[in-house]
Amino acid sequence: MMNSRTVNKIWTGVFYAIALFVVLLLGFLVYEILKSGWGFWDLSFLTGESSNTEAGGGIGYQLFNSFYMLVITLIISVPLGLGAGIYLAEYAKPGKLLSFIRLCIDTMASLPSIVVGLFGLLVFVTATGWGYTIIGGALAITILNLPNLARVSEGAILDVPDSVKEASLGVGATKWQTIVKIVLPTALPQIITGIILAAGRIFGEAAALIYTAGLTTPILNTAADLSSPVNPFNIFRPAETLAVHIWKLNSEGIVPDAQAIATKAAAVLIIMVLIFNILARFVAKILQKRFEGGKMKRKKQPQTAA
Amino acid sequence: MIELKEKKQEKEKVLSMNTEQSIEKQEKKLVYDTRNLNLWYGDNHALKDINLPVNENEVTAIIGPSGCGKSTYIKVLNRMIELVPSVKTTGEILYRGNNIFDKSYQVEELRKKVGMVFQKPNPFPKSIYENVAYGPKIHGVRNKAQLDEIVEKSLRGAAIWDEVKDRLHQNAYGLSGGQQQRICLARCLAVSPDVILMDEPTSALDPISTLKVEELVQELKEKFSIIIVTHNMQQAARISDKTAFFLSGEVIEFDDTDKIFSTPKDKRTEDYITGRFG
Repeated sequence: MMNSRTVNKIWTGVFYAIALFVVLLLGFLVYEILKSGWGFWDLSFLTGESSNTEAGGGIGYQLFNSFYMLVITLIISVPLGLGAGIYLAEYAKPGKLLSFIRLCIDTMASLPSIVVGLFGLLVFVTATGWGYTIIGGALAITILNLPNLARVSEGAILDVPDSVKEASLGVGATKWQTIVKIVLPTALPQIITGIILAAGRIFGEAAALIYTAGLTTPILNTAADLSSPVNPFNIFRPAETLAVHIWKLNSEGIVPDAQAIATKAAAVLIIMVLIFNILARFVAKILQKRFEGGKMKRKKQPQTAA
Repeated sequence: MIELKEKKQEKEKVLSMNTEQSIEKQEKKLVYDTRNLNLWYGDNHALKDINLPVNENEVTAIIGPSGCGKSTYIKVLNRMIELVPSVKTTGEILYRGNNIFDKSYQVEELRKKVGMVFQKPNPFPKSIYENVAYGPKIHGVRNKAQLDEIVEKSLRGAAIWDEVKDRLHQNAYGLSGGQQQRICLARCLAVSPDVILMDEPTSALDPISTLKVEELVQELKEKFSIIIVTHNMQQAARISDKTAFFLSGEVIEFDDTDKIFSTPKDKRTEDYITGRFG
């Protein structure tokens, strides 16, 4: 017969072991990728042009495309996600309509990215006649990320104590003034953290971009006119991103060092994701310090990957 | 002859006394007149036929046991109760002659004129200066010099200027509870209200801070009208001019404070005051 203290000790050990296992798993994954992709920091690799036929290609354009795609996607999805979050937190009244909206959002969150990619192909590539474009990719990723951003914004706004909102209304502010001047500034650290984490996911998205932003990228020339497909900032041009490049190299890569490039690119990708995550926590800490001596309760954040 | 003169003098005296009395009565204007107010939370009839006239430049206390409707009532006066979704009201409340439930009545204007101090201090997570300047900014004051002046005046009015004048740009959350509550009062004063509603303003404070707030209330009534909800009967007896006793959503008795506490007319009032229940 085991006494309860022993059982307690055993289970404590089990939980610590699980936590350790998670850390080791991540560590193993990062280690393997960095090991095979050793040398990824080589500047000529990071900024060089990729090659479809010869060895020694770089990932310069793909890296740029990933960043640019990220920026465009955020420009579209953040206002939409934030708006949806504000609606859900401040304006929605409980009832059938709200349940339906939540169902839609949850469904959107579970759409397989490849399916969204195919949808993007049908609409943003074919129906519009645009062909493969950055904007098409950005729109597809927006569909995937909207529910997440809405959820994060809603959570951040709901975390603002009611008493503070009441205080604002009590001096005669309107609901809109209260949201803009009190609620959003207070919820901002959490929202920004959510956006940075979403950025990490957007940066590494592949399936949705294969059929929307395409598998190629023209040779970019900043001197060209903005409407030309070789101007890097033209959003109506095809743009193979880093993650898509990895996929392409491993499935149809005919260059002799395809494997090496792919693993090095993967290493870069992992490093970027880690940077985004660390940055998110760092920014949250700094912004929270701005509430110096703040007695506001900060809910313990569940470690979502949503 | 002398008798006639005397009688005339007496008559004149009585006449002048009567006009004095009626002038006194006229001078006490009504700032709030609640007429036949009923309120439901869904099916729960929380306020029943409330009739309560409140004079200006007086401190009116509302006392009663938990759940009697006093917090609900005070929140109707500036329509903050509307934040609760299931609320329905009938009857009217006249603020300086205008029914606040009128469709055309702007609730933001009402809340500017009728400020509220809440039970738990709730300063904004901003600097002390920004807390107090928030109200005026919302209502259109942009000039920095003007704002500086309003902030100083309001902080003085809340008897906290000396304590915070050297740290106006520090976060209000770093202050103690009693200080935060006075910042909330300053925030309220900054929009030049007419009436100040206080919902158990000292129940979360220590005795010394409570005393400070009570002293403030006595000073403020010179310029403002104050309606204060309190579960602390001694507080009501100390600082108010009139007291209303609420029970189960009804006004049982409403009279001068000293009359309520010395010679209450209703047995239930007497029972509550002597501590037999509540």
